[in-house]
Amino acid sequence: MAWLHTWVGLTTGWVLFFVFVTGTAGYLDDEITRWMQPELPLATTQIGLYEPSVMTGHALARLQAIAPPARSWTVTLPHQSLEPRGEQGLSIAWESLPSPGQNAGRRGGERLDPISGEPQQAVTPRATGGGTVLYRMHYLMHSLPYETGIKVVGICTMLMWLAVVTGVITHKKIFSDFFTFRPGKGQRSWLDAHNVVSVLSLPFFLMITYTGLVFFAVTYLPAARDALYGSSAAPRQEFAKELRGPARNDQRVTAPNVSLPALAQRLESEWGVGNVVSMQIMHPSGEAPYIDVRRARTSTLSVHELAARFSAIDGERLPLPEAAPATMRVRSTLFALHEGLFADWWLRWLYVISGLLGCAVIGTGLVLWTVKRGQQHQRLQQRAGRAVRHSFTARINATGLRLVEVLNIGTLAGLPLGLAAYFLANRLLPVTMTTRASWEVHSLFIVWGGALLYASVRPAKRAWFELLSLAAAAYVSIPGINALTTDRHLGITLRHGDWGLAGFDFAMFGLAGVFAAIAIKLQRKWRAAEAAPLARKKS
Amino acid sequence: MSKVDLTLRYRLQVASRVAAAAVGGYVLASAVTAMLAALFPLPRAEAVLASTMLGFVWYSLAVITVFCVKTATRAWLAMALPAATAAVWCAWLLHASGLRP
Repeated sequence: MAWLHTWVGLTTGWVLFFVFVTGTAGYLDDEITRWMQPELPLATTQIGLYEPSVMTGHALARLQAIAPPARSWTVTLPHQSLEPRGEQGLSIAWESLPSPGQNAGRRGGERLDPISGEPQQAVTPRATGGGTVLYRMHYLMHSLPYETGIKVVGICTMLMWLAVVTGVITHKKIFSDFFTFRPGKGQRSWLDAHNVVSVLSLPFFLMITYTGLVFFAVTYLPAARDALYGSSAAPRQEFAKELRGPARNDQRVTAPNVSLPALAQRLESEWGVGNVVSMQIMHPSGEAPYIDVRRARTSTLSVHELAARFSAIDGERLPLPEAAPATMRVRSTLFALHEGLFADWWLRWLYVISGLLGCAVIGTGLVLWTVKRGQQHQRLQQRAGRAVRHSFTARINATGLRLVEVLNIGTLAGLPLGLAAYFLANRLLPVTMTTRASWEVHSLFIVWGGALLYASVRPAKRAWFELLSLAAAAYVSIPGINALTTDRHLGITLRHGDWGLAGFDFAMFGLAGVFAAIAIKLQRKWRAAEAAPLARKKS
Repeated sequence: MSKVDLTLRYRLQVASRVAAAAVGGYVLASAVTAMLAALFPLPRAEAVLASTMLGFVWYSLAVITVFCVKTATRAWLAMALPAATAAVWCAWLLHASGLRP
């Protein structure tokens, strides 16, 4: 079982490290995107400043004036949103009537000025993939076709699930190992670090790997669908259709008979300021139109859950629609746990820390392999005769060891360096450049590739120290470059109290500190190890 | 690891087990998943989804079995026999319920 854990971990470690780094960034995707669009205004608040009835009146008038024939009209009032995170101002949205045979219509919308009700002049930010690109890479990889991408990630996720499960089985002393750390002892210290961090974040790993598999479960394991429906296109669609449930048939919405502004006002006084998120008008064919209301700060895992439904004719409160079947609810719960959209800021940080611990487990596991192998290899070389030392197997082992070492250095230090390049490219590439969004991503992979090349031509210890130092330097420079190129730097964001933007710059300092600390620690240890045999000889 | 004699025979046995885990385990997990989907007293689409979400549990149990049993041959048997049983049962269930001919 230990054998399985080792080999599964080694073969998938680098892909998983990439998935964990980009996936952890994905937990802060909105904040990253926000930082990468410095043209957008600083955070301001509209919550509690304006009358909901006046805003709703403006919004309804605007919908009547400009919305195409639609199946739904939505008025969103200023509130703290979870998806996307951050404060959302007054806005309207619609979904046009779907053309025959389609499930969904075209969506459109506008942000409105809360006082005048006029559409707000939208600021066009610089072209960037933002945090969304990183988030998408964690399950699609990069420059791979969709189907291939999710399969590569799926196989690695399945193997990680196996590595975690077999890791637990291997660990008969899982509890006592949690309290065991023997620093400064080479391989033992790496093993202890790997164990402590793994046990600490074990529940997170079990949750995140299994729920990750569930996202594309039917693609990964189509047997049940193929047996009960069939594997060709028509039965597949049949399955998808049955899962979705009966298709909606809506007719064109019009302004409700009941006063929407009055409803907004009443609900706000009932639920509290900023708690009425949105009101959506829909009109199922052959039935009475109704108004669906969503509210903020519910304690459920679902971020768009319906809070109340009212008749659009007389304003009477209607029963909420029937809940989805248990299987679907189980699946949504698993998705919600994986995505963490429901998480408030403190729970979000727990997600981010768990993700970083995941990176640490994969990293220490990979390094542990080279340390252990390296020692075995050295012992064998010392003991064996000349013939064995230069044998085919010995050479293969040496090459394999070096290959893993280079991939470790180039990825564990190189990928974070590439990520820093991604952020720096956002500030340094010309704003008017037509392909700038794709060049931001190219920068990530060019720098990562460069790091792999660099690791392959330098002695391992030098490469570790130099790339980690470079990563520290790159991260510490990001807030500086930000200050030189934009006016969204700490001097302004802190004074303004924009914690989302300021937090990004602080996180860059934090990452720089982590890489600098690792580099210095490694350097010290290696110096001490080099000095030790010399000191012994002298005495 | 250094104590084990790394003969060609040993390496082939390991390769055989890896194949038994990857391919045999996948077939076993598929058969059990399909069988459970036919067995669950749920609307058809939900039964498929519920069973598929559970499928990775069977896969991991299969892989662990492959690396726990004494010989590679037994590993293959441990995959093939339950897989065949589940597949036959599944076919019978689908036939009996009239879902598939």
